[in-house]
Amino acid sequence: MNSKPKNTPEHTLITKETVQHVAHLARIELSRLELERLVLQLQDILDFIDKLKKIDITGVNPTSHILPIKNVLRGDDPGVSLFIDKALENAPHREGNFFAVPQVIE
Amino acid sequence: MELNELTAHELIEKLKKKEITSHDLLTALDKRISQVNSKVKAYVRVNDFSFSDLRPKAYNLQPILQGIPVSIKDNICTEGYPTECCSKILEGFKPPYDATVIRKLKESGALIFSLKTNMDEFAFGSSTENSYFGPTHNPWDLESVPGGSSGGSAAAVASDQAIVALGTDTGGSIRQPAAFCGVVGLKPTYGRVSRYGLIAFASSLDQIGPITKDVQDCAIFANIISGYDPSDSTSADVAVPDYTKSLGMGIKGIKIGIPKEYFIEGMDTEVKNIVEEAVHKLKSLGADCKEVSLPHTQYAIPVYYIIATAEASSNLARFDGVQYGFRADNQGLNSENRLLDMYKQTRGKGFGEEAKRRIILGTFALSVGYYDAYYLRALKVRTLIKEDFDHVFADFDCIVTPTAPTGAFKIGEKVKDPLQMYLSDIYTISANLAGIPAISIPCGFTKNNLPVGLQILAKPFAEETLFRTAHAYEQNAAWQKMKPKL
Repeated sequence: MNSKPKNTPEHTLITKETVQHVAHLARIELSRLELERLVLQLQDILDFIDKLKKIDITGVNPTSHILPIKNVLRGDDPGVSLFIDKALENAPHREGNFFAVPQVIE
Repeated sequence: MELNELTAHELIEKLKKKEITSHDLLTALDKRISQVNSKVKAYVRVNDFSFSDLRPKAYNLQPILQGIPVSIKDNICTEGYPTECCSKILEGFKPPYDATVIRKLKESGALIFSLKTNMDEFAFGSSTENSYFGPTHNPWDLESVPGGSSGGSAAAVASDQAIVALGTDTGGSIRQPAAFCGVVGLKPTYGRVSRYGLIAFASSLDQIGPITKDVQDCAIFANIISGYDPSDSTSADVAVPDYTKSLGMGIKGIKIGIPKEYFIEGMDTEVKNIVEEAVHKLKSLGADCKEVSLPHTQYAIPVYYIIATAEASSNLARFDGVQYGFRADNQGLNSENRLLDMYKQTRGKGFGEEAKRRIILGTFALSVGYYDAYYLRALKVRTLIKEDFDHVFADFDCIVTPTAPTGAFKIGEKVKDPLQMYLSDIYTISANLAGIPAISIPCGFTKNNLPVGLQILAKPFAEETLFRTAHAYEQNAAWQKMKPKL
């Protein structure tokens, strides 16, 4: 599927195909009206965001995390976990000790 | 004065001296909520709740809080009580555990009841208009928004339907509604307060914080909810000082930076004048105020709307109809992949418009071909924004700005133009990107009698400076004594 529209380095063009592809990746079903509206709104937002392309970022490191902490681990010690009944309490559909979902494997 | 109109610190004194009981306070609150909730709509699922169900347990009457009730935003997990992020997709969800902040509040003697405050769905919004339950109305003008996404919490405190509330802040969602509603709101340093039990929007930006009637209450509750939590791997292992000790210290000699990029041509004249007068007052109290520069300010909103939506697209992937909440019923569909259909229909029907928009924008920014140009680039500009603050804080104790570019806007005014709505976050967003603490306090009113907020920012873990400065201003300005007429 051609999900990459004609873009230039300065400007990203959002088409219906772009939004449909992304909606599929995000597992969201959109109505025809929602799709049309989103194409326009996303284009608007991205045009605004495109001002970021003008900044010089050579040599700048990305900040994905603001606190200087890494590799936060704990000891391999067993503790108390959520009991099965509690974990399944909110299940839309429960079968025994499982969350039931529509069949996946033929 | 009615009991519900008092601050937490005033009530704690009366409870300790046994001048009043917890039951007296709950009765006053019940009366107030019945009187005005239908106008303000700060609380959600009100019909499922009754005060008469509450029996303050013995453990609630502990030192510190003596049974003070704390109202909780609908995205913070309270065991056994519905927590739905004001979204259809989490309909009926009752968490099997308490968030760490809830546990800490209970241990300090707070009363937590099941009535939750309204919010923009999943915290996506700046007006509380994106709630599945409909908007909250600003107590100062019922046709205006209370701000968002913690609009319910701010409106409840402002209208004395809550003594104190918890909100959450990812791009300004505590501070902006606090400003619009004329109350105090604190966004702590990232990592200061545990996010365990907070239903995540953007994991590198979210923080829980108190929304209160005055600065003293804010310091009391910041003490209680702050602290290292091993259940939150992003929690900072930094000691929590007693923030109440910062009150009354005065601000003689404190160096305050006023960023020129926040006072640009064309900004709202009323807000500009009110905030400039507040700065004048700070100077008269002995602070040394000078102009500073935060050169990358104009890039904060685009950076935020890439990073926050990208993180949200990942955090909201769990809402798929499998484990909790709403599931689209597609039994009997003649389809190749019924599970895929279940995901798509559940999310298509369960999420509101803004939620879908942000998830799609975030997914796009992370997708193949766009990741470098958008997400990675935004992370690098985030570094530049943080460095702007580092440079200023090398020479200044704090920074003072308006909290919002205008007073509260009318319900319906911006909701159809997402970009306009996003632009209203201009002053608050940078603090989340840089991970620094920020507080909003009332500093005046527009000619339409809408509150205006003053924002104070400090370097990481310097909440003491925020409380010291905020308290000094508040004690000399007394805006917090004014109440909306409902």
